[in-house]
Amino acid sequence: MGNPLKIIKNGIIDENPTFIQVIGMCPTLAVTSSAINGVGMGVSTAAVLICANVAIALLRKIIPDKVRIPAFVVVIASFVTIVQFLLQAYMPALNDALGLYIPLIVVNCLILGRAEAYASKNSAIDSFFDGIGMGLGFTIALGVLGLVREFIGSGTAFGMQILPEAFPQTLIFIMAPGAFLTLGFLMALLNHFKNKKSA
Amino acid sequence: MEYPNITISATPHVRSNESTQSIMRDVIIALLPATAMGIYRFGVKAAMLIVIAIAAAVISEALYQKATKQRVTIGDLSAVVTGLLLAMNIPSTAPWWVPIVGSVFAIVVAKQLFGGIGQNFINPALAGRAFLLASYPSLMTAWVTPGADAVTTATPLALLKAGNIAELPSLTDAALGNIGGCIGETCAVALIIGGLYLMVKGIISWRTPVTYIVTVAIFATLFGREGSSAIYELMIGGLMLGAFFMATDYASSPVTPIGQIIMGVGCGILTVLIRFYGGYPEGVSYSILIMNLAVPLIDRFTKPKVFGALPKEAKKA
Repeated sequence: MGNPLKIIKNGIIDENPTFIQVIGMCPTLAVTSSAINGVGMGVSTAAVLICANVAIALLRKIIPDKVRIPAFVVVIASFVTIVQFLLQAYMPALNDALGLYIPLIVVNCLILGRAEAYASKNSAIDSFFDGIGMGLGFTIALGVLGLVREFIGSGTAFGMQILPEAFPQTLIFIMAPGAFLTLGFLMALLNHFKNKKSA
Repeated sequence: MEYPNITISATPHVRSNESTQSIMRDVIIALLPATAMGIYRFGVKAAMLIVIAIAAAVISEALYQKATKQRVTIGDLSAVVTGLLLAMNIPSTAPWWVPIVGSVFAIVVAKQLFGGIGQNFINPALAGRAFLLASYPSLMTAWVTPGADAVTTATPLALLKAGNIAELPSLTDAALGNIGGCIGETCAVALIIGGLYLMVKGIISWRTPVTYIVTVAIFATLFGREGSSAIYELMIGGLMLGAFFMATDYASSPVTPIGQIIMGVGCGILTVLIRFYGGYPEGVSYSILIMNLAVPLIDRFTKPKVFGALPKEAKKA
């Protein structure tokens, strides 16, 4: 069994799904127009990821190698359905905001990627911590992305007015091009600090 | 052996007094008539916006190059041209900070982040305009009539889009810029004079601008809409500014002669499509930006045959 803290840190920093591995781009770009949407998407994905990782790690010796991908997808889809029912019941506003992107968690390559690369080769406990690390890394990335875009594009943070109402709102940041621009700037910034650290 | 007085360099050894600086100076000279008309039509406010845009472009280029420890190249005047072109593309009613945001985006994001002069894949000034138009749509489409009592108005293109033919200005007013619009785009005649100067001096080739304008004229005749004619479509909007000064940007337009014609035709078709059937009243800036993205492909498909090289069939045999 690996060191849990190390596995979690790996997910958040060393192999951050968004900024380092650049996977799961569809929800990353599509739903981060506000911080709440970003965090909501991150937490939903993290919940599915943790459950799917554990379930797949437990089943890894039973699932035949040839049909492993369909089997993984079925497991993931089951958890996505549960998450969607929970959101519909308890957080209908967030469910409406995220819309189609909740069922689309099924095809998020982050979850299938971790199932294939980690959970199918490691113990359930390790996979559990891997899910927490990757899920947290994804949630933090989407939260930061949403926060930056919401702040520049709407002048708010988590729905609270920060900039005065009269301050011009740069709408492009809450539209699709703003997602690409913000992601690029954040990646450049992180790479800058990383290069500085290693130099 | 050392030859202290000889510069040794690779062939071809062509001598020319042309430099980036001299070319950019000619572009600025060519833009002067349109700039003067813009200031004459829209007053001191327009002059102020132009100065702010140029200053912001030059300062942001210098600061970025300082910050990244590169040689500061603001002396080549390319940032001045970008700032001036950006100012030509905003309405005279825009607040003072709009040209600053646009210039910084144009220089830092569209130009310097991709490697500086000659490396930008899209026209920086147009990228700045697109950024502003998407970010502040209400500020970027607040037009006024030229003259002292600046009354709120719509551009001829917006009137055409809305089917409001009764209020359309006359062809003479449109050609001389007595219409609502961006600072530098209204006076088609001044822009044509500037464009001709650039062609005579050999700074730009005739191919892209002429094919662009002719294509728009042909398609405007074919698909004509009520209240407008082919010549009217040419005189309104940013077509002349785009055709002569934007679509011919060295770094983001094709280098081959056939490629330049494809560029002009493509821009023309897209412009008419957007104007007649698109959601926006004007399509010049977006059509040029879209064609900018296709330039590497166009250049690859129109690569000239190497002189003396064997045709493909001969090689196989």
